[in-house]
Amino acid sequence: MDIGKDLVAASATPLVLAILSEGESYGYAIIKRVDELSGGKLQWTDGMLYPLLHRLERNGLVKARWGRSESGRRRKYYELSEEGSEELTNQQRQWQVVEDTLRGTPFWFSKLAPQGI
Amino acid sequence: MLEERIGEWRSYVLRRQEITTADVDELEDHLRNQVSDLQEAGLDGEEAFLIGVKRLGELDALSREFAREYSERLWKRLVVAEAAGSGAAWSPEARVALGLAVAAAVAIKLPGLFGLNLTDGTLASQSFYIRNLSLFVLPFLAGFFAWKRGLDSAGLLRLAAPFIAGALAVNLLPFTPMGNTEVLAALHLPIALWLAVGVGYAGGAWRSHDQRMNYVRFTGEWFIYFVLIALGGGVLMGFTMFVFGAIGLDAESLLNSWILPCGAAGAVVIAGWLVEAKQSVIENMAPVLTLLFTPLFTLMLVAFLVTMVWTGSGIDVEREVLIGFDLLLVLVVGLLLYTISARDPRAEPGFFDVLQLVLVICALLVDAMALWAILMRISAFGFTPNRVAALGENLILVVNLSWSAVLYARLLGKRSGFAPLERWQTAYLPVYAIWAWIVVVIFPLAFRFQ
Repeated sequence: MDIGKDLVAASATPLVLAILSEGESYGYAIIKRVDELSGGKLQWTDGMLYPLLHRLERNGLVKARWGRSESGRRRKYYELSEEGSEELTNQQRQWQVVEDTLRGTPFWFSKLAPQGI
Repeated sequence: MLEERIGEWRSYVLRRQEITTADVDELEDHLRNQVSDLQEAGLDGEEAFLIGVKRLGELDALSREFAREYSERLWKRLVVAEAAGSGAAWSPEARVALGLAVAAAVAIKLPGLFGLNLTDGTLASQSFYIRNLSLFVLPFLAGFFAWKRGLDSAGLLRLAAPFIAGALAVNLLPFTPMGNTEVLAALHLPIALWLAVGVGYAGGAWRSHDQRMNYVRFTGEWFIYFVLIALGGGVLMGFTMFVFGAIGLDAESLLNSWILPCGAAGAVVIAGWLVEAKQSVIENMAPVLTLLFTPLFTLMLVAFLVTMVWTGSGIDVEREVLIGFDLLLVLVVGLLLYTISARDPRAEPGFFDVLQLVLVICALLVDAMALWAILMRISAFGFTPNRVAALGENLILVVNLSWSAVLYARLLGKRSGFAPLERWQTAYLPVYAIWAWIVVVIFPLAFRFQ
């Protein structure tokens, strides 16, 4: 099952913020975490994560610093900022509204019973 | 093998203007993690690399995303500090340039310790400063290049020689203060020394025609940067006067005796450093201005010639006419030089080359008429240092332009390529230096320091 481009784009910000709320991380680890959480169903184009992270950094939602990986290479780490956690709560509420609304419609899979998956 | 592939990939990605070195570092870290994970899963290096690169996504799409986030990167930026991430430290080059600029600013005020002030208005100070002005500033610019190009001691000696010779000439010859020969020497020493700085710029390889052309390009950009800095400095001084004036203090004498000379001296070095730092970053401006003004000047000269023929009026020989026409020729040579410096030597001759030829021919015609009128005047009133200097300059420029016209005609007739034109201009540069030295050293002797 492929997830549509628009949905991937819309879910990217809350997903990254939520993963960073678990603690400081870096690009590759974030991608791996998404992979793990979605059971491989949510596939990103890896490179696209970086412009997104940089946008979040510019908007002050995450803080970035250059550090070193275990093997000593330069690696950029990202951490959720105060504003970032507020934004995360905000996003959470918005997604809740979408979910609640969908729940009331035949869209929700339980109500599409006969033709369902 | 893998390292090699990653290196190639890096330089390929870096060619994108939207993606900076820091971004590539981050992407490379990602790629390496991906590759080593895939290798652990049993793939060989080559396969792992290919999959890793594919997962990063199409480079076009990626650089589009980066461009959306960093639209300002499309406006090329001059990086004065080193790349972000390694700390915004000043590069060694910036520190050397700044140090030399401060040194030049201090040097220009040093004679004050011996009672010679730039602005005290006495004849002795004025005469000292006009003769020595370039000697307080240009050695620092030369020093910057000596440092940057890593000149050896023989090279340093060769670079220092013209400065020492210049200093000896203008200070040991018994000039009449503010006399004709002194003013002429003061005007020509900067030209001679500027060309000497070129030896430092070329790292000693001043015989190389390519290096000479690069120095010509440098000179044009330096001039533009210097003018821009001067404009900024003018605004700064204007506001300084204004705000201190508002509280009843007059800052003018302070500005004139300190900020202006020190700022100008420092700006000479700073402009040189900026041009060096930005040469690969920003489009060169001098050729762009040339492109704009060559057609306009050609039009002006053609209009002038037509009007003159139409009305049948000759050139009025005033005192300043000769100098005015010299400046016109300097301008045309400048337009020619910067057009040549920016032209692709392999391009076919085109409309712009025709325009250049028309410009040169018009300038020669106008100058020939002026020269004729002036020769009449000289034969009636005799020689003075100023007339001989102006005449000599005119002759040098006319020779340059005439041969350039011949070469342009050959180029347009497809009888030769563009290279001879370029070589002619670079080969001619020492002529200017020799003439400048003649005016500095021989003129005072020949005209008995009048």
